[in-house]
Amino acid sequence: MATATFFDPESSGFQFDNYARNQQLVKQGIKPPKLMKTGTTTTAVIFKGGVVLGADTRATGGNIVMNKNCSKIHYLAKNMYCLGAGTAADTEYTTRLMAGKLELLAMSMRRIVPVKSAVRMLKQMLFRYQGHVSAALIVGGVDMLGPKIVSIAPHGSSDNAPYLAMGSGSIAAMSVLETNFRPDMTAEEAVKLVRDAINAGVTNDLFSGSNIDICVITIDGAQVIRPYEQNQPEVLKKANNYTFPRGTTTVLSQGVRKVDYHIVSTEIRKTDEEPMET
Amino acid sequence: MGDFSPYDDNGGTVAAIAGQDYVLIACDSRLSTGSTILSRFTPKIYPLSKMTVFACSGFHADVLTLIKNLEVRMKLFIHEHGEEMSTKAVMALMLPTLYGRRFFPFYVRPIVAGLDRDGKGLVASYDPVGTPEFFDYVIQGSGENLVHPFLHNQIGAKRTLSDVPVQAPPGLTLDKAVKLLKDAFLAAAERDVYTGDTVTLVAMTAKGTETMEYQLRRD
Repeated sequence: MATATFFDPESSGFQFDNYARNQQLVKQGIKPPKLMKTGTTTTAVIFKGGVVLGADTRATGGNIVMNKNCSKIHYLAKNMYCLGAGTAADTEYTTRLMAGKLELLAMSMRRIVPVKSAVRMLKQMLFRYQGHVSAALIVGGVDMLGPKIVSIAPHGSSDNAPYLAMGSGSIAAMSVLETNFRPDMTAEEAVKLVRDAINAGVTNDLFSGSNIDICVITIDGAQVIRPYEQNQPEVLKKANNYTFPRGTTTVLSQGVRKVDYHIVSTEIRKTDEEPMET
Repeated sequence: MGDFSPYDDNGGTVAAIAGQDYVLIACDSRLSTGSTILSRFTPKIYPLSKMTVFACSGFHADVLTLIKNLEVRMKLFIHEHGEEMSTKAVMALMLPTLYGRRFFPFYVRPIVAGLDRDGKGLVASYDPVGTPEFFDYVIQGSGENLVHPFLHNQIGAKRTLSDVPVQAPPGLTLDKAVKLLKDAFLAAAERDVYTGDTVTLVAMTAKGTETMEYQLRRD
């Protein structure tokens, strides 16, 4: 019989080994590290024959922009993508985990996985973690039942609607969707609407910004356009040149040392070049 | 009502450089609360007199009230003495004005900048209860942590152990200072979500005052 070990790397799911210790540290007044939140504007729209998903690309930690071009459109399956807002790591790993599960499911069922199956699996997982996995998702895709978009809140509740917005910029984005959405739009009209909605979030929400990414899914497949639109790159023109002259940093001491090394492996390969003529 | 707070933080960055024959003050123009923008054009520089300007980030209502208080005291001074307060006198006036509210402070990060009677640049920054700091260059507000090391490096030459400062303020021309502060705000707007929209630069010399404005990121 295998002996039970304290740390079993084979077991699946989250580990809570350090939970009690960390609680104790917080009680002692040690501040826990801050997580990177993707403030985010994400929107999704159904049009005639498909769905359009859109997201901004700003990731923030407190008032600092941590990433100016992060991707918030996550792959789930060939016919299905997912928009993520909330804690960056949670959205990234939740969707990656689900992409794996959906691939296995598709292989065992030998057919395209319906969007509602992915939604059910995601919301059951999020509900199990009682909102501690802070992922606010929008799943969008096309299956045998047609185009479908669903939003899932971090606690596991979901919403079905022809147009959706999530994240801190969702108020700005939804105001655009509410004024301009029409049923049965063309793909071009839907892309334009999603762009305008994301742009409203980018300009009016401080925690959304930078570029706009868009994903169009029809029965023929998915197309991720990244970036769809670049936001104001022209303002980045510096007045000065900040290349430091040589010798700016004072050299305190210099020395030359032999570094011992081991040859781990060697390999002899034939190159594509012609042999030298003599 | 239990959650009511008399304070808000409206963000924004202000900075100033004092030169031998000029003073340069800069601010961004974004006014925000939480995650929303209240105004894209509310510059945080306020002229107090011909020789002195005031620049301030923090809680906007407190900034406006503080300026009103200062203006009253400065007007009384004119009536009493028949002349405007000097920049140094305004800098001194800040202390009782702020410390007088020690236990219900104005939530402000002020800079007082101006010229002395010989036309030399003067700059002072304060904490919310009035501790003054007199340096050749100062930064206050949400972009402070981003801009400070940049100016230390470029103006204070705190990058080398050699004795030669590269661009210490006596040698820093107004033209160079303008470029530096413009770039500082450009960079701050890239990474600080509360700084953006436009940067306003006010250059004061004995000859007069010049105001410049440049676009920043609006997202």
